[in-house]
Amino acid sequence: MLTVEGLSASYGAVQALRDVSFSAAARSVTAVLGANGAGKTTLLRAMTSLVRPTSGRVVFDGKQMTGLAVEQVVRHGMAHVPEGRGVLIDLTVEENLRLGALARRRPRDLRRSLDRVYELFPALRERRRRAASTLSGGERQMLAIGRALAAEPKALLLDEPSLGLAPIVVAQVMEVVRGLAEEDGITVVLVEQNVRSALSIAARAVVLNLGRVVADAESGELAGDEQLRHHYLGY
Amino acid sequence: MGLFGDLTLIGISNGLIYAAVALGLVLVWRATHVINFAQGAMATFTTYIAASLLDRSVGYWEAFVVALIAGFVAGALAERLLIRPLNARSELHPVVVTIGLLILLEAVAGAIWGGSERGFPAAFSRSGLVIGGTTLDFSHFDLFVLVAVVVLSGAILGLFRYTDLGLRMRASALDREVARLLGVRVGSLLTLGWALASLAGALAGLLVAPRVFLSPNNMDSVLVFGFAAAVMGGLESPSGALVGGLVTGLAISYVTGYLGSSLATVGAAAILIVVLTLRPEGIFGRPAARRV
Repeated sequence: MLTVEGLSASYGAVQALRDVSFSAAARSVTAVLGANGAGKTTLLRAMTSLVRPTSGRVVFDGKQMTGLAVEQVVRHGMAHVPEGRGVLIDLTVEENLRLGALARRRPRDLRRSLDRVYELFPALRERRRRAASTLSGGERQMLAIGRALAAEPKALLLDEPSLGLAPIVVAQVMEVVRGLAEEDGITVVLVEQNVRSALSIAARAVVLNLGRVVADAESGELAGDEQLRHHYLGY
Repeated sequence: MGLFGDLTLIGISNGLIYAAVALGLVLVWRATHVINFAQGAMATFTTYIAASLLDRSVGYWEAFVVALIAGFVAGALAERLLIRPLNARSELHPVVVTIGLLILLEAVAGAIWGGSERGFPAAFSRSGLVIGGTTLDFSHFDLFVLVAVVVLSGAILGLFRYTDLGLRMRASALDREVARLLGVRVGSLLTLGWALASLAGALAGLLVAPRVFLSPNNMDSVLVFGFAAAVMGGLESPSGALVGGLVTGLAISYVTGYLGSSLATVGAAAILIVVLTLRPEGIFGRPAARRV
């Protein structure tokens, strides 16, 4: 269980998050939706200490994360795939994955952690000695998610994984994310502009507008609320 | 062996020292994107420490190792005490700080050990190696320089390529935020980068002192040539530093031998300009526009 309580954060004079609270349940996907500039990315960044919140806290597995350094939050089992994926393109595919695996909480066999990722994304195994710069957009997204998984996290924060991907690839990525939550029991927080895709796999969704939570409901309910959809989600 | 052969050997043995300096500059640049102008002065300082120990009849190799350790520690301290608190918003700030440190260290070295040149012993004989009856312009000590620099570069390359620590260091250099998101303690690795860099510098100081004498500013020109070597190699690549050092050493040696020693510096600058005109990113560098 991942809980955000009254989180506020600002960039200089701009207040990007205002008193945001929600919970993400284990074994399911919680979508965070909203227009550009609604504060979605800032929310994820504040959750992993990349941005220092001005008030509020993040509690994960009964432990307070707020105030910890980024690398400590990560070592508690929270993985964050940033927007634009953050793949290190100068390293090989396997070096990227090894880096992810180095952060795993129980130092089990490294090979086994990598093999699990390769099972999930066979295309990465074929390209494992190649520089990550040679991968397509979809493969890079797979690599970014795979690298986060190599750390064997309990929670996975994804920032716009569909960005710049072809619709068919988006569908594949969403299917993988659904599996991670429902089969592997990972708590997934999915930030998306692509509302339809996100709602197709999310159990619950939180809608942000100008840094505030304006809706927090089951995704079916949210998809049925025409006014809300029209107002904040633009369709 | 003719003039060309002799000049080549001299170029190689000098070039290896420029390579060690360049290696230090490259390690610092990769870690923190700072050019450490004080690296030469730091190396002079650690060499003076070794010289003082030798004066107190400490063994040569003990003094040698102490100087290397002092270099390692000095690099770590410089990063922690000077560069990190600066939290530089402009690229100019660390430049000012490292130049300030250069001036400070040279002045303090002068105050402690005096401004005049003094000798520093070589680890091995400086008489030329004899192969098949001909005496080469390459001494036992030059051979030691070769081995020392190759071992150090090999160890650093191996660290980057084959170890988890090296992988974490590379990730920190490429993207600090992403590295932190992967659980890497980036701060400590930046300090380690500076420490290793300064160790490479300390080695260069010990290797060059027997040739140019020891004085508070004896590394100034070596730093300039080391900088040329680092830029030639692409500023990011340890193997580039090695190649850049050798090219610089050879260029200076040929220019000195064929055209006169007064043109040595001009020759080095000319080579640098030619290389950067043909490949602005350096021999081993990659084009700057690589973000996709």
